Amino acid sequence: MPEPLKSAGGLWRGAARRLRADRAVRLALALLLAIALLALLAPLLSPWSFDSLDWRHLGQPPGATAAHWLGTDRLGRDLFVRTLYGVRLSLLISLLASALSVGIGLMWGSIAGFAGGRLDEAMMRFVDVLYALPYLFIVIILSTLIGRGSIAVLLIAIGAVGWLTTARIVRGQALALRHQPFIEAARAGGLSGAAILWRHLVPNLAGTVVVYATLTVPQMILFESFLSFLGLGVQEPHASLGNLINAGAQEMESAPWMLLTPAAFLVLLLVCLNVLGDGLRDALDPRDH
Amino acid sequence: MLSYALRRIAVAVPTLLVIITLAFAIQRLAPGGPFDQEQTLTPAVRANLDRVYGLDRPLAVQYLRYLGALAHGDFGPSLSERDFTVTELIRQGLPLSVTLGLAAVLLAVLVGIPAGVLAALARGTGADYAVSGLAALGVALPSFVTGPALALLFGLYLHWLPVAGWERGAPRYLVLPVVTLAIPVAAYLARLMRASLLEVLRSQYVRAARARGLGEARVLWRHALRPALLPAVSYLGPAVAFVVTGSLVIETVFGLPGTGRYLVQGAINRDYPLVLGMVIVYAAFTLTLNLAADLVYGWLDPGARHA
Repeated sequence: MPEPLKSAGGLWRGAARRLRADRAVRLALALLLAIALLALLAPLLSPWSFDSLDWRHLGQPPGATAAHWLGTDRLGRDLFVRTLYGVRLSLLISLLASALSVGIGLMWGSIAGFAGGRLDEAMMRFVDVLYALPYLFIVIILSTLIGRGSIAVLLIAIGAVGWLTTARIVRGQALALRHQPFIEAARAGGLSGAAILWRHLVPNLAGTVVVYATLTVPQMILFESFLSFLGLGVQEPHASLGNLINAGAQEMESAPWMLLTPAAFLVLLLVCLNVLGDGLRDALDPRDH
Repeated sequence: MLSYALRRIAVAVPTLLVIITLAFAIQRLAPGGPFDQEQTLTPAVRANLDRVYGLDRPLAVQYLRYLGALAHGDFGPSLSERDFTVTELIRQGLPLSVTLGLAAVLLAVLVGIPAGVLAALARGTGADYAVSGLAALGVALPSFVTGPALALLFGLYLHWLPVAGWERGAPRYLVLPVVTLAIPVAAYLARLMRASLLEVLRSQYVRAARARGLGEARVLWRHALRPALLPAVSYLGPAVAFVVTGSLVIETVFGLPGTGRYLVQGAINRDYPLVLGMVIVYAAFTLTLNLAADLVYGWLDPGARHA
């Protein structure tokens, strides 16, 4: 992570220039926009909805009928529509979960780093303990506890455990900033701790947090589809990339396209997001330039 | 080194205790008790049942009893697999899961680290691009995609290996699961190794070693490799956690009767004792291996012992 520099404007301008010059990043961004647009426009592109059944075309491979571009599943549901619907749901859940987890991480980390001392120690020890558990388990415990199927529960479960790394990064930054002259000045001016935190510290952490949020999105997509794949996330008849891949894996021997179509979309999405994240990290890394 | 080891243990033990306490608390907070699904019981029968299982005692007593039972390896009965205790299920599944996980980590280390070293030494050549490209792909692909894809390719189309199942651990059946589990770890190790070796090779003391006239091979073996291994070693702890998580998917995809599949089934059936028992076992396992990774790290990097 980059240090917040006094010449932050220069850093960001330079980063933007380096990002634009990176051909892989440009390609990834274009593909991402195309997929997102396709997912948003899916209802307009096809007469089918994600749960409408077409009795005349059951289990058709892609290209077998003009009515279904990417074929159908065993119940005659259109796979083009279901896959794009799944992309949309995956993107929606992962964006919201990223926002949620980055928000919690920002609050937790900035309070711990700003307060320092005992409170900092206790708060970060709590993070350490949660870190020691593979955090999928926390989600599994939560979904055992709350029940599964609801997208809101899924969102909370993913978002609530995804904040740990953000909290660590933000805390490190806050710790570095809290004795800077501008914070001392605000303190000397008689501002309360909460006001200093909110008005002076958090805005200075924004850059780091935005970058980290971008890196969190693919993790969240992976997480959501992982849970849905295991049967703990999005449930039938709703489609997410995870439960489509699961259904496809079960029908692999007779209908491999059911596996390959959603898998291809997921891989494309993840690779693009990772390229974007790596590009962003490289562009902001002051060491290499 | 001894005091470093003791300090690491002093952190790991309370962590496990916190996890067990959380598990116990969740079990008690969960809606519904173990006897809710039976026909409505008369209060007298209900009270008798509660007394037999100790549910009428204060929570603190129940907590201590739970700890005592855990110390004897007793995780209580499973709610969904009616005829089994959780301990029996764990004992059945654990050997397979551990074999799978350790084989995968071993394979990842044997492939990932040499690949990373090769890429760093051959920087900018075709070999470097091949390793880096494959590694980027390997890191990005989730195992629930690579698993079915490999089964499709090597099982259904090429008929080289069985698609799923395990036949009492015949090695042929474990090849695809282990490979699938190892891919992301190997890919990540290769990237880490490449980056850290490149950095070490640029450092002053490597330049000094070269200036003293040492050959490249000697510089690499005597001076560069050990510090370059540090990031890879410190990744081994998280890698184990990653493999443990991955085994949930692998066992589901390939139909292997390990603990991961019980955990997933337990979560779907809301079988609290099973899920929590498995989580405690996994957590203990992860913490132990993290501890081992920390100790190896401390041995490789004397500076870390005083951090």
